[in-house]
Amino acid sequence: MATETAPPAAAFRLLAEPGEVTAKQLPLPIILIGLTGALALSVVAGIALGPVTVALPDVLRLLGKALTGGTIRADEVIDYAIVWNVRTPRVLLAAVVGAGLSAVGVAVQALVRNALADPFVLGISSGASVGATAVVVFGLFAGLGVLALSAAAFLGALGATALVYLAARSRSGLTPLRLVLTGVALAYAFQAAMSVLVFLSPNGQAAQTVLFWLLGSLGSASWESLPLCTAGVVIAIVLLLRRGTALDVMSMGDETAASLGTDAAALRRWLFLLTAVVTGLLVAVSGAIGFVGLVLPHVVRMLVGSGHRRLLAVAPLAGAVFLIWVDLLARTLVPPEELPLGVITALIGVPVFLYVMRTRGYAFGGK
Amino acid sequence: MPVEPMGLRLQDVSVEISGTVLVDKLCLDVGAGEVVGLLGPNGSGKSTALRCVYRALKPSGGVVWLDGDDLSEKGMRDTARQIAALTQDSRAELDFTVEEVVALGRAPHQGGNLRLDARERRLCRDALARLDITHLAARSILTLSGGERQRVLLARALVQEPAVLVLDEPTNHLDIRHQVELLVFLRGCGLTVITALHELNLAAAVCQRIALLCKGGLVTCGKPAEVLTPDTIRSVFGVEVTVVTHPVTGAPQLLFDLPVDSNTEEIPL
Repeated sequence: MATETAPPAAAFRLLAEPGEVTAKQLPLPIILIGLTGALALSVVAGIALGPVTVALPDVLRLLGKALTGGTIRADEVIDYAIVWNVRTPRVLLAAVVGAGLSAVGVAVQALVRNALADPFVLGISSGASVGATAVVVFGLFAGLGVLALSAAAFLGALGATALVYLAARSRSGLTPLRLVLTGVALAYAFQAAMSVLVFLSPNGQAAQTVLFWLLGSLGSASWESLPLCTAGVVIAIVLLLRRGTALDVMSMGDETAASLGTDAAALRRWLFLLTAVVTGLLVAVSGAIGFVGLVLPHVVRMLVGSGHRRLLAVAPLAGAVFLIWVDLLARTLVPPEELPLGVITALIGVPVFLYVMRTRGYAFGGK
Repeated sequence: MPVEPMGLRLQDVSVEISGTVLVDKLCLDVGAGEVVGLLGPNGSGKSTALRCVYRALKPSGGVVWLDGDDLSEKGMRDTARQIAALTQDSRAELDFTVEEVVALGRAPHQGGNLRLDARERRLCRDALARLDITHLAARSILTLSGGERQRVLLARALVQEPAVLVLDEPTNHLDIRHQVELLVFLRGCGLTVITALHELNLAAAVCQRIALLCKGGLVTCGKPAEVLTPDTIRSVFGVEVTVVTHPVTGAPQLLFDLPVDSNTEEIPL
């Protein structure tokens, strides 16, 4: 039926036939190639730059040697140690943690259907903090050496997850609102427990150590800390990518999801478990780095839309690049001191987020 | 796409949540290709009964049959290939575009991630055109008016290519033209339709049969002229009506008898 005012020509993207003019949006492959390039550059920059700068050709040569074997000159030993033993694992860990936090952020926002959620809203990181604090204050798990903090943080995260799950569970499954409320409430309890531990500690340094850990740092990165974390993050991203459409469907509401053949309650349980394990792994190696999991998903959504498959393909790469640069700033801004990562993510993240939200036609929470 | 409509049967369906009986041994037959309306006051169990049909709720008793299959023994995705629903909880919070939302109607037909082929893209575009929302395709769902969004969700249900269409208050937010178009569409679509409606006259005009619910139970079920009588309306809704026959279509129409305004007192200016 012809209406008085002819509607403007449709601009399809998803429904466009091959060769048809589409709604303007950057093609996904271009974004992915661009970000992969940026990631490679960031890794090299992160390795080269620091309190001691290693010249770029030296970095590449030493990396090549490390990967292919061979010999180095005696005067290169210090540079080699900096490049291969200190900075490379640290930069790679930054990439893995950034990618993981972004992916988990996307998952949590879908899980509780609330864009203000991040991996820490479910109380997972506060639980991890209790574990880590117990190590700092009481010297728990002393037999594990340097891994004690990570192990305790991971156990704390899982314990917190179990508590939140049991407290939030109801007859109708895990409803998003109950999950958020329970997570937030228990997070306060965990923080209180942690404060008491620090307060009663005979160790005067405890408060500072705990605070630094809470704000996040990659200072303890080593080759040993990489494999488990990397495996966890990669597996999580692959699993999430495979459920992209299911996450889209779940974002439409539980009833709609049911009418589209998706059991939202089961999917939510699965997502919650995945989130808890990955967040636990990440917090264990890097402390509680805030803001990445909250903001990166939003920024990426503004670029590529809300479809979870595109989102989950792009967000981890963006998060990896972002955290490499954050870590680089953390160790170069006030040498020889290192700033906590949480300070920098907030310093960069808050203004960027506000700017993007105000300038783009981002409809979230408005209109 | 000619989809064979299927028959739907609710047999003694009960729903009890936390000790409250929301639906009480409801029996209802919807023949293949029939349009049946569920009417009743707020809280009469219409939406709850429909939820059992599109599997958002498991009945605490009774069986929902789809052409001889017990729904509770079918997979969720299997069901969604045959039963599409327009629900009331469709407050999307993330800014998906209209075409993305509509395309999700294909999700039950595909395992894993969505990948539309040429036929499915055409199906989606036809649904957009049919509901008069093609021009909104690239818009964010969050920026739409209530009526536009309702049409988007209906387009998604059509894209599911269902045999049965379950609609919970489909005319909510729609302007009168789109209400009439929707009801005309329902009558001509050839699908089995079960729909909760508030607007009694629209129901009388479009439904082949009407089931009247009150407090979770079926009061009566039959042709609009049999069900919509002053006595049943008074006992179920507590309002007085006069029933007239539509001069053109012959459908029964209700005129609501408001108490005559005795307020003729003159007010000084």
